Amino acid sequence: MHNEPFEPRIVAFFCNWCTYTASDLTGISRLAYAPNVRVIRVMCSGRIDPQFVLKALRQGADGVLIGGCHPGDCHYQEGNYKCLRRIKLLKRMLAEMGLEDERVRLEWIAGSEGDKVQKVVNEMTEQIRRLGPLRLAPIPVPHELVEEELAMAGAEEA
Amino acid sequence: MSTHQYKNNGDAPRIGVYICHCGMNIASKLNVAELAEYGKILPNVAVSRDYKFMCSDPGQEMIQKDIQEFNLNRIVVASCSPLLHEKTFRQAAADGGLNPFYFQMANIREHVSWVTKDFKEATDKAKALVSAAVRRVAQHQALEKKRVPVHSDVVIVGGGIAGIHAALTIANSGRKVYLIERQPTIGGHMAMFDKTFPTLDCAACILTPKMSAVKNHPNITLWSYSDVTKVEGFTGNFKVKIKRKPRYVIEEHCVGCLLCVDACVFKEPKFDDEFNLGMSKRKPIYLPFPQATPLTVLIDPETCLQLKRGKCKQTCAEVCERRAINFEQKEEEIEVDCGAVILSTGFKPFDAKRVPEYGYGHYNNVYSSLEVERMVNASGPSQGEVVLKDGSKPKSVGIIHCVGSRHAKTNKYCSRVCCMYSLKLAHLVKERTGAEIYNFYIDMRTPGKGYEEFFDKLLKEDVNFIRGRVAEVTNWAMTAKEEGKLIIRVEDTLIGSPRRIPVDMVILSVGLEAQADADEVRRMFGISCSKDGWFTERHPKLAPVSTMTDGIFLAGACQGPKDIPDTVAQAGAAAAEALALVDKGFVELEPDTAFIKEELCCGCRTCIGMCPYSAISPNLEKGVAVVNEALCKGCGTCVAACPSGAASQNLFTDEQIFEEIEGVLTYA
Ligand SMILES: Cc1cc2nc3c(=O)[nH]c(=O)nc-3n(C[C@H](O)[C@H](O)[C@H](O)COP(=O)(O)OP(=O)(O)OC[C@H]3O[C@@H](n4cnc5c(N)ncnc54)[C@H](O)[C@@H]3O)c2cc1C
Ligand code: SF4
Ligand code: SF4
Repeated sequence: MHNEPFEPRIVAFFCNWCTYTASDLTGISRLAYAPNVRVIRVMCSGRIDPQFVLKALRQGADGVLIGGCHPGDCHYQEGNYKCLRRIKLLKRMLAEMGLEDERVRLEWIAGSEGDKVQKVVNEMTEQIRRLGPLRLAPIPVPHELVEEELAMAGAEEA
Repeated sequence: MSTHQYKNNGDAPRIGVYICHCGMNIASKLNVAELAEYGKILPNVAVSRDYKFMCSDPGQEMIQKDIQEFNLNRIVVASCSPLLHEKTFRQAAADGGLNPFYFQMANIREHVSWVTKDFKEATDKAKALVSAAVRRVAQHQALEKKRVPVHSDVVIVGGGIAGIHAALTIANSGRKVYLIERQPTIGGHMAMFDKTFPTLDCAACILTPKMSAVKNHPNITLWSYSDVTKVEGFTGNFKVKIKRKPRYVIEEHCVGCLLCVDACVFKEPKFDDEFNLGMSKRKPIYLPFPQATPLTVLIDPETCLQLKRGKCKQTCAEVCERRAINFEQKEEEIEVDCGAVILSTGFKPFDAKRVPEYGYGHYNNVYSSLEVERMVNASGPSQGEVVLKDGSKPKSVGIIHCVGSRHAKTNKYCSRVCCMYSLKLAHLVKERTGAEIYNFYIDMRTPGKGYEEFFDKLLKEDVNFIRGRVAEVTNWAMTAKEEGKLIIRVEDTLIGSPRRIPVDMVILSVGLEAQADADEVRRMFGISCSKDGWFTERHPKLAPVSTMTDGIFLAGACQGPKDIPDTVAQAGAAAAEALALVDKGFVELEPDTAFIKEELCCGCRTCIGMCPYSAISPNLEKGVAVVNEALCKGCGTCVAACPSGAASQNLFTDEQIFEEIEGVLTYA
């Protein structure tokens, strides 16, 4: 396990209208990208509470990616500007806390920019790989206990 | 749809997890069986299965049966994107007796199987997403969709054949339509053609009756020479602001007698005629073309002496018995309410100057196809004759296909209509001039009803076809035969050698491009464009005339290059979709609105300034903020801002998102 290369865990928050749509397009266009990013959908980048970012980092993420509509294109007029302001402040705070602020990245990705999702995800994965693990928390291993149960269930069936 | 008719199946979550194979789309890229097994070990999961097509009837029935059998109260489906099938599965849950919002989807197709190369990595990523969905759904609450009444009128933007057809369809059904056209007349590009492929029927004969039908229809309000300036609201309840440009002629008074045009102090037409692409002249007061609809003249403020200098005998106004001319006319702004909008703003022809090697704008006798469309038109600048700049008839004509299309330097896409209209022009030019015609093509693309037959017909008409992308048009003669001619240099890829073809006239078959202001229009209506500027449909196959913004539909070439038959078919489809919306009488809105937990609100008013829709106001008595549900659009910006955690958003509560975050991070 120790010799395996570090695989970054990245949580992404994408807005429904632009970036989430774009990431669907990436799929439809079969543009493969690094599997390290897991997307959580919100309606607007304006919903992204800095707490979400902190929570993700606290919970084992090595980086957080945020995607919203290009300035001027917000489905809700200006949520993306508010997101920009919050993330700027948050990054400053992260730096003060001794965290590399490159672990948090904000990108404007329009619904038609499926290729940009691919590019950004790959870049971000590489960047976090270079920064190395953050690991503020031990990685939660899923439900080991139940796995035992499964093994037992298997034994019962047999 | 109210909550009480759904059963709660007890309070503790009992979750059903369904992994879709999507045929081989998911199943061949990750281990669906392992994923279903994994589902079983997640907290609160009562049943976890995989199935070939979850969106199929048996798939949905499986969910419904399990709700009964296992007493489920939460559902997770891991399949395609929620943007595609969330509605389907919410409905399936509802049909099974569950509140539809006790549902969460995990996107393991667009976000996993289609973008991940490695089988194991894909399986792991899918596990993380399923884990997130399972944890999230446990936090879900029963919600109700709000019903709001819809306005029954429809606004159509763009009066080309698409807008015309859609307007008539809707108006004939009894609904009211506002048709907004930017130009002084409706008709769009089709009004400029003489004949249309593949039938070679007269464009005016089929179009102008429809144009007058629009003008005379009691259910259609036609505002030409008008622009949409602002759009507000949401599906079923849009407010559209329209700016009516001054014509300096009162539309209701003018009967199109044209006495004023004759009377204008300019004895001869002197200014470039827009409709004829500058190939003929008009006066400051003019009718764009004889069948213009509305049949109302207008005055061009740039060239009219009265409007430009405030000094003219105003012979036009004098002669008009109906007192239609009004130099004081001002821009007018109107606002209309409507339930649905159809965008049919069409295309613009590619500017041939961008391919300088073909000499457009440089050599006199290089024409764009649209110019030749005007030339062959009986009411065009040359009364249907095809002539060179010196007035003589060409003896040889070269038609170059794919100008601006299928090329990395200009547009990569195929413009779809140029092969066919090149054939049409070849036929018409030959008919009018008897000239030798050469068509230079890369591929001949004629995939329509009767189109290949039209090509066959042309082949029999002694038109020459040369396969190869033309390198250059020059006037540099190498032989006496080439002297005074335009020489088309091309590699003939069928005989495998370069050739020089001298001709008198070159016609550039320009491709179709998105309108120059497509991006502005897109923003105004909150929809999206492809890279090339064409408006994007909600789904290329399943929702080809809808957009990502409910209530806004697309028709015609604004969505991509299209010929007239396809445009009309699509306009009919857009009209039907718009009617389906406004005829229902109400729309259901997502319940993803914000709300304030009064007991937590400290009355700081942070949220109030955040909301772009002024949906939050203070309750002074209680000292708390209150969200007006009817105004809230559900962006959640206020929720993220609230310092005391009092603001929350249905479907996107902090707890739900926190669970999702933990879920995506919990994997092997
Ligand atoms: C040279 C040439 C020859 C062709 N010949 C044929 C043929 O023979 N047969 C055939 O089937 N097809 C032919 N086509 C294709 C045909 O032109 C299109 O299929 C058709 O015009 C599409 O109709 P439309 O209504 O979508 O767009 P358009 O005809 O482009 O009409 C769009 C209308 O919207 C208006 N508009 C644009 N923006 C706004 C705005 N913001 N606000 C208000 N109004 C706006 C425009 O002024 C215009 O009136 C040809 C195309 C070209 C270029
Ligand atoms: S005011 Fe004079 S120039 Fe202008 S349209 Fe009338 S007659 Fe022509
Ligand atoms: S969610 Fe958005 S629209 Fe609704 S009240 Fe909050 S800020 Fe306003």
